[in-house]
Amino acid sequence: MEDWRKNKRVFAVFMGPATFWLLVFFTIPVIVIWVYSFGERGPLGQTYLAFSFDNYLRAIEPIHLKILWKSIWIGGLSTFLCLIIGFPVALGIAFAPDRWKNPLLLVVVLPFFTNMLIRTFAWIVVLGARGIVNTGLGWMHGQLDWLFTLAGQPDLLGRFTPLGLLYNNYTVIVGLVYVHLPFLILPLYATLEKLDRSYLEASLDLGAGQWRTFFSVLAPLAMPGIVTGCMLVFILSMGNFLIPDRLGGTDSLMIGNLIAQEFIKARDWPFGAALSFVVMYPVFIFFAANAFRARYLERARAET
Amino acid sequence: MTDAKPIISIRNVTKRFGSVVAVDNVSIDIRPGEFFALLGPSGCGKTTLLRMLAGFETTSEGEIEIDGQPMFGVSPNKRPVNMVFQSYAVFPHMTVFDNVAYGLKVTGVPKNEITGQVNEALSLVHLEDYGRRKPDQLSGGQRQRVALARALVKKPKVLLLDEPLSALDAKLREAMRLELVRLQHSVGITFIIVTHDQDEALSMADRAAVMDRGVVRQIAPPGELYEHPNGRFVADFIGKVNMLEAKVAGQSGGELVVEVNGMGRIVVPHDGAAAGDIGIAVRPEKTILSADKPGGDVVALKGKVCDVAYYGNESHILLDTDTGVQFTSTVQNDARRVESSVVIGDNLWISWAPGNTLVLAE
Repeated sequence: MEDWRKNKRVFAVFMGPATFWLLVFFTIPVIVIWVYSFGERGPLGQTYLAFSFDNYLRAIEPIHLKILWKSIWIGGLSTFLCLIIGFPVALGIAFAPDRWKNPLLLVVVLPFFTNMLIRTFAWIVVLGARGIVNTGLGWMHGQLDWLFTLAGQPDLLGRFTPLGLLYNNYTVIVGLVYVHLPFLILPLYATLEKLDRSYLEASLDLGAGQWRTFFSVLAPLAMPGIVTGCMLVFILSMGNFLIPDRLGGTDSLMIGNLIAQEFIKARDWPFGAALSFVVMYPVFIFFAANAFRARYLERARAET
Repeated sequence: MTDAKPIISIRNVTKRFGSVVAVDNVSIDIRPGEFFALLGPSGCGKTTLLRMLAGFETTSEGEIEIDGQPMFGVSPNKRPVNMVFQSYAVFPHMTVFDNVAYGLKVTGVPKNEITGQVNEALSLVHLEDYGRRKPDQLSGGQRQRVALARALVKKPKVLLLDEPLSALDAKLREAMRLELVRLQHSVGITFIIVTHDQDEALSMADRAAVMDRGVVRQIAPPGELYEHPNGRFVADFIGKVNMLEAKVAGQSGGELVVEVNGMGRIVVPHDGAAAGDIGIAVRPEKTILSADKPGGDVVALKGKVCDVAYYGNESHILLDTDTGVQFTSTVQNDARRVESSVVIGDNLWISWAPGNTLVLAE
């Protein structure tokens, strides 16, 4: 590594393509959107460059903040559920016999082989009023009804009404957890796989039980994987607009939907840009704080 | 076993991994306060045996008792033993103090007692001032001391050490050997150390078990292992040895007549029984080199010097002997002289007193 840094030409050859790609297709567009966020919408949906904070003021109106807040808690809850479901899975794969690891990982990423839109629609097939779950429940209801009729109680159960499993916030959470689970399992697995088993053995050897070992040793040592996985899932969940759009109800609008609406339907790019950046500023601050913290720790270490 | 009840009693223990037999019908009794070594090449089952004592592996057959208690089905956190891991396994997310305190906290030792006990353990390994450091601010040797303190603070009946010195550099390793022996004397706990390094076992242990492919070949004090190995494997594994194949031709009154391949008959003192094909061996430092055929009651062989390896304090002279086997003789460099007195191509006699001959029945 040290030699790469010294040899500038080699370094440039290796880093050049990625830098170019990120600069041209990520950094510059982000800057363009950032500039737009201070602009004004023309009467025909054009964007006029300006220097106004109007878009931001609109973005922090209560109605928009409410949507942002809802996105945060839906995203947060989805992330938490992913962690609860994903941790045992990642742990199970990491501790599985070697020959089982790759097949199990394949099972985890298998859903990626299908388009996300199709997987989202599949939930409608499962949870819809005439979906698999309701059909199954209806069949069981029918059988029970028949039994009760035989027992001389024909009207006990009444008519079967399908459960309203679709088009609400919980469906959105189910969809988000389902789609994003692999993003939590994979980084967590990578961390757990590298973890030296002797830490866990040492904990047991010193008299700690399984739970104590989990919370005092395993979880702290897996923290890099937990943080990476949760950040990925949270960011992806919060910004997702397809799932709330397809599986959510009328009040399931999330920030991603709002932004998409402004860009696509309302053709109000400046306002859409401002909304995007209201979400992005905290992320920037988070990363900056993290970088400062890392530098501080490094300096503190160098001093001891 | 002459005196007290053994602190650890391993009886007919076998461990199989699938079709592989890692430990094969091993029985060892370890006395309280003993510094015991499990010695053998890699893959001989010594670490598996240690892990069965700690409870990380189950026994396929046989029984292990620690302090009179059968250990079958007892999980690692309920056993009166503690382990120092080969990788040390010092928790990287805790300070040195918290590492040592961990074993006390999890078993509900009152807070006000923990600090005192931890400080005591840290001073035992000379790390009094390091309590607030994180493991990544410590050297390898210091991390190992933390692992030692962390295990000793639990006041185990037996301390298990898995290759504790293998990750240290040569100088530090030597210092730590003395340190471990000192520590063992001061705490009076039984130590069981796993090592592949015969020097480590010889210099530290009161007794050692030499293992080979899952089987215990010999259990004896270091001197006994070196001077009276019971077979070819132990003789070859502990120290350097010159070995010849031979056949027993007769035995009478403490003397053994053997027919040695390429050498003829020799008579060596031997008390035990011996018959058929045996090994005859001699340690390099017990041989003498001479230009003329040595007189008196010695075993002598003619050879040609094929290599001289210089080690500073001594030189190892390699000879191609008439038997077809290469012999090594150790010569102390006890005079200040740069040139070797022996050069490649010299024709020399190598000889030793018959009493220095190792008779290897196995």
